[in-house]
Amino acid sequence: MLLIDCPWCGPRDEIEFRYGGQAGVAYPEDPAALTDEQWAEYLYVRDNPKGWFHERWFHAAGCRTWFTVRRHTVTHEIKPGGPDGAPEPGRGRDAPDRRRRFPRGLA
Amino acid sequence: MGGHDGGTAQPYRLATGGRIDRGRTLRFTFDGRTLTGHPGDTVASALLANGVRVVGRSVDLGRPRGVYTCGVEEPNALLRIDAEPMVAATTVPLRDGLAAASLRGKGRLTEPDGAAGRHDKAYLHCDVLVVGGGPAGLAAALAAGVTGARVVLVDEQEEVGGDLLGSRVRIDGAPAAEWVAAVLGRLAALPETRVLPRTTALGYYDHNYLVALERRGPDATRLWHIRAVRVVLATGAHERLIPFPGNDRPGVMLANAARTYANRYGVLPGRRAVVFTCADSGYLAAADLLAAGVDVAAIVDPRPGDGPAAAAVAGRGVEVLRGAAVTGTGAGDQGVLASVTVRAGGHERVFEADLLAVCGGWNPAVHLFGQSQGRLRFDDDLQAYVPHLSAQAERSAGACRGVFGTAAAIADGFAAGAQAAELCGYARPGRWAAPPTDEPDGPAEPTAPLRDLVEHEPAPGAHREAFVDLHRDVTVAGIRRALGAGLRSAEHVKRYTTAGTGAEQGKTAVTSPVVSALLGDPAGPTTFRPPYTPVSFAALAGKDRGMLSDPARLTALHDRHVALGAAFEDAGGWLRPRCYPRPGEDTAAAVLRECTAVRTACGALDASTLGKIDVQGPDAGEFLDRVYTNTMSTLPVGSCRYGLMCRADGTVFDDGVVARLAEDHFLVTTTTGNAAAVLDRLEEWRQTEWPGLRVWLTPVTDHWSVITVAGPRSRRVVAALAPGLDLAGFPFMTWREATVLGVAGARILRVSFSGELCYEIHVPSWYGAAVWDAVLELGAVPYGTEAMHVLRAEKGHILIGHETDGTVIPHDLGLARLVATGKRDFIGKRSFARPDARRPDRRRLVGLLPEDPAALVDEGAQLIAPDGDGPPRPPVRMLGHVTSSYRSAALGRTFALALATAAPGDRLVAWSRGRAVPVTVVDPVFYDPGGARRDGDPADRDRAPEPPPRPLAPAAARSPLAGYAERFAAAGPGTTIREIPFLRMWEVRARAVPSAPTADVLELGPGWWLIVGDEEPVVHHGCCVDVSAQRTVIELSGPEVREVLLTGCPIDLHPSAFEVGQHAQTLLGQAPVIVQRTADDTYRLYVRASYAAYLADWLLDACRAEVAAAS
Repeated sequence: MLLIDCPWCGPRDEIEFRYGGQAGVAYPEDPAALTDEQWAEYLYVRDNPKGWFHERWFHAAGCRTWFTVRRHTVTHEIKPGGPDGAPEPGRGRDAPDRRRRFPRGLA
Repeated sequence: MGGHDGGTAQPYRLATGGRIDRGRTLRFTFDGRTLTGHPGDTVASALLANGVRVVGRSVDLGRPRGVYTCGVEEPNALLRIDAEPMVAATTVPLRDGLAAASLRGKGRLTEPDGAAGRHDKAYLHCDVLVVGGGPAGLAAALAAGVTGARVVLVDEQEEVGGDLLGSRVRIDGAPAAEWVAAVLGRLAALPETRVLPRTTALGYYDHNYLVALERRGPDATRLWHIRAVRVVLATGAHERLIPFPGNDRPGVMLANAARTYANRYGVLPGRRAVVFTCADSGYLAAADLLAAGVDVAAIVDPRPGDGPAAAAVAGRGVEVLRGAAVTGTGAGDQGVLASVTVRAGGHERVFEADLLAVCGGWNPAVHLFGQSQGRLRFDDDLQAYVPHLSAQAERSAGACRGVFGTAAAIADGFAAGAQAAELCGYARPGRWAAPPTDEPDGPAEPTAPLRDLVEHEPAPGAHREAFVDLHRDVTVAGIRRALGAGLRSAEHVKRYTTAGTGAEQGKTAVTSPVVSALLGDPAGPTTFRPPYTPVSFAALAGKDRGMLSDPARLTALHDRHVALGAAFEDAGGWLRPRCYPRPGEDTAAAVLRECTAVRTACGALDASTLGKIDVQGPDAGEFLDRVYTNTMSTLPVGSCRYGLMCRADGTVFDDGVVARLAEDHFLVTTTTGNAAAVLDRLEEWRQTEWPGLRVWLTPVTDHWSVITVAGPRSRRVVAALAPGLDLAGFPFMTWREATVLGVAGARILRVSFSGELCYEIHVPSWYGAAVWDAVLELGAVPYGTEAMHVLRAEKGHILIGHETDGTVIPHDLGLARLVATGKRDFIGKRSFARPDARRPDRRRLVGLLPEDPAALVDEGAQLIAPDGDGPPRPPVRMLGHVTSSYRSAALGRTFALALATAAPGDRLVAWSRGRAVPVTVVDPVFYDPGGARRDGDPADRDRAPEPPPRPLAPAAARSPLAGYAERFAAAGPGTTIREIPFLRMWEVRARAVPSAPTADVLELGPGWWLIVGDEEPVVHHGCCVDVSAQRTVIELSGPEVREVLLTGCPIDLHPSAFEVGQHAQTLLGQAPVIVQRTADDTYRLYVRASYAAYLADWLLDACRAEVAAAS
């Protein structure tokens, strides 16, 4: 049972969350301009590294916030942060205002 | 030998000593014989006391076997004990009236009796978890506990103390048990330390999450889910066997077990013993056996020369044979040990003995460490694997780390506990000197390696009786065969021979050492996997059984449906009436009757389960345009529109009606089963892709009861319910706000799934039952989901999950008109341009009419081309499949919907389960294709309006738990449960905290608040949604409330982590809740109305369990 550090609620058990797959796969600006291959790449192709992976989680049973963490796929170690370790302002996945910390248990 | 006179006839019971209460006698049976024992006994010790040497036969070879160990590692004494089909007799405390039986034939499970077992689970959070209550574990718990850290100590035995309880060691000049009692006394005085005896840590999972099973009584368990900041493993070590021929006879026993039976249980494990040991501990065991009155004939030690360990038996007349080994055993009556053959100094000698105590060395119990993904290393001195590199925030201490000797273990445990507390941020405890003991501090000599005992080139037939794994009947010869087959890794040998796969997972087995010895190369250990000891499914299921196994969400009308005799079905987690059979009516007849009522008069459907999402904000229209395939921003205020949502890959995800409530305010409805998924998806796109859109989503499914009144006579019903409503000026696909039975703010939508004139009445769920009662009183016939499905299928309307399956795009369903073709993008649009979406032979929605109008085709039947009589001959081209199939009252025949590559007029065969049904393909709209009936029966239009019925009484409010007051009152002492109904609540989404001075403001998430108060809060730059009937509040108070809550709430409810005034959104049982601590011992639970009954039942059950456990 992973312990996932929700940027809003603090660390909570995995059962409260929904997995959101690889982070940083943005919806294309203009899907119509993409070839079928490029579009299929967006739809279906994701990284599957052995090691650190940027991924999204949704705190479904808590504050209902989407956020990004880095997880090591071998050890399951989890660290906060978006792709490249930097927040992605504007994309909303890891916007700074979502990263306010509150005492444990305070939702 | 059987004891019939109450306690005196236990021939192997010592007159004094041990931790048993000879003042009380317990009677039990073994294979039908009545025997006696005492409190403090295990079943195994009582059997030994009664002289029972053979407890069963081995699984494969059927050889007689006796008690071999004194703990969870027992490979032989696996018995059926009362209803438990297979448990280690060495771990079960004796109780009066217990019935034990050796295993034979196939095992059998007794029919589970729901009332008999009491199983639940609980969540614990702590700073330091100590696993194991031996010397190291006790010292670790004490060292951590005195710092004020939150400490949990779990120990698997009946009594905490571990090996000290079976030892004669003196600590600080006093018996070890006194030291144990003193430490336990100090731990009990620490308010933040919890000691859980009879609790086995079964699994060590990610992020320091351990699962431990507490045995709370016969057939009563609790599965603890423990999250610890630091873990100290003090799990001790298991003695291992030695593989010599005949090492499995009853009478052969691990040396430490023999010693423990003598010391702890006051039982003579034999009268004349030989000790065969590879390690110094065997000498201590021999000394203890001598002290108990056992005649120790010899100590056989394969190590050469003299060793200091012999000092333990010096002057006691025991022959110590060094450089020697046991080479065989002789059997007497029943195959029980009678003699031991020893090869010493090149000669073979035979000793008469009824006990052969063996010690092949010690395996540190690294099971949990291995599960935590820690890495092991091989220790040459111990000839065993010991922890090397930790993978988690954990440290081993004492024997499980290879530190042997009581004083050394205490010191190591204390250091580990102190370090763990310090790493949690607590001040290090003061210096502490480990108490002195009268025992040698750990082994003076290395353990003899097994390779010296396993012959490399044996005579033919040798080793057939030298067992490596007693439980699985694996011998050295079997291992040799596996290696001969070319296997080299211990993992492969394990799978080939099944060594280590028994109930005890080979805890005493020596598979890996024998493989190493035979190969001359070290073979690694096999992987350690949970559970550490067997666990019953009942314990894992806990309370999640029967009605609590899967929470059924109930609508506000549920008890009305029950009273009507509804047949229920599970629909997306809800219990919905499938139909309402009348006495003497079967389901099919009921459905036909209900369909007829809707088509000819008026029916009423509880549609409250429909997902409802309140969408607000200046960009709400734009947002909906992006998620629906059709355009919602152009919808006029007051109108409704049917829409489709697709996934990015273009497949249909969900459908539903959108109503525009105001310029920047929409109500989105979803299918019952997809409500949560749709909300999650919308939230995902809103937060992660379009954070710039000013739009807020609020689920309001539980706030509204929805009653669908459908049929040509429905106008009259609605007129009576809402007298002020102008029904003449209320066209199809619009909605009106109305006062329904005096309830202001109700919404009525003129939409229709059945094709008939239809009104969907939305009222706050407090009033749902009253409105339903009135609707039925006005003559509407209740109809269930099955009739709804038939009616919609007659109209060719799709049902998500029936006509869609994750491959279907809107065009396949004939719904291309719902796909906007303008320039704007929406989710899924690009995928419609993929070649696959444009394939001309895609399966499309069609209607089917079986040629025999009475034949009902199976849903899921394959559609194939007709090919003469008899079964189809391969290869058969699948042209499609049947998605829905019903009997229609309106058509007077059966019909079906299908996805198929076919055109109207085609004749196909629906093939399923060996039955071929010829069908004709038709247009999927079977009934009223012109849509004339949606405004009522055309024949009725000229009829004079009927006189209005007598005025109806205003609706009375009813809370979700109105029927629970009595049960709450009887919840038991210690806990008060009550519902606080009818609180006014609003959900606010805004940039800043809303101003609501007199209200309780619960912040639920970023920019998201729940306001509980009397006045609607004032909100700027955001939205405020009335959700008063969405949730109800259950208040729990009493000193035991926290203990009740932790049996279902995964968050840390410790008073220091969850202070008065705090709240959290989380889970309780399987229900999502907001937990609010309003006073020291008072908590409020805000629970969705549909989950309220589940949660109330769950709480009542938890309170009962708490009362039962306390008594």
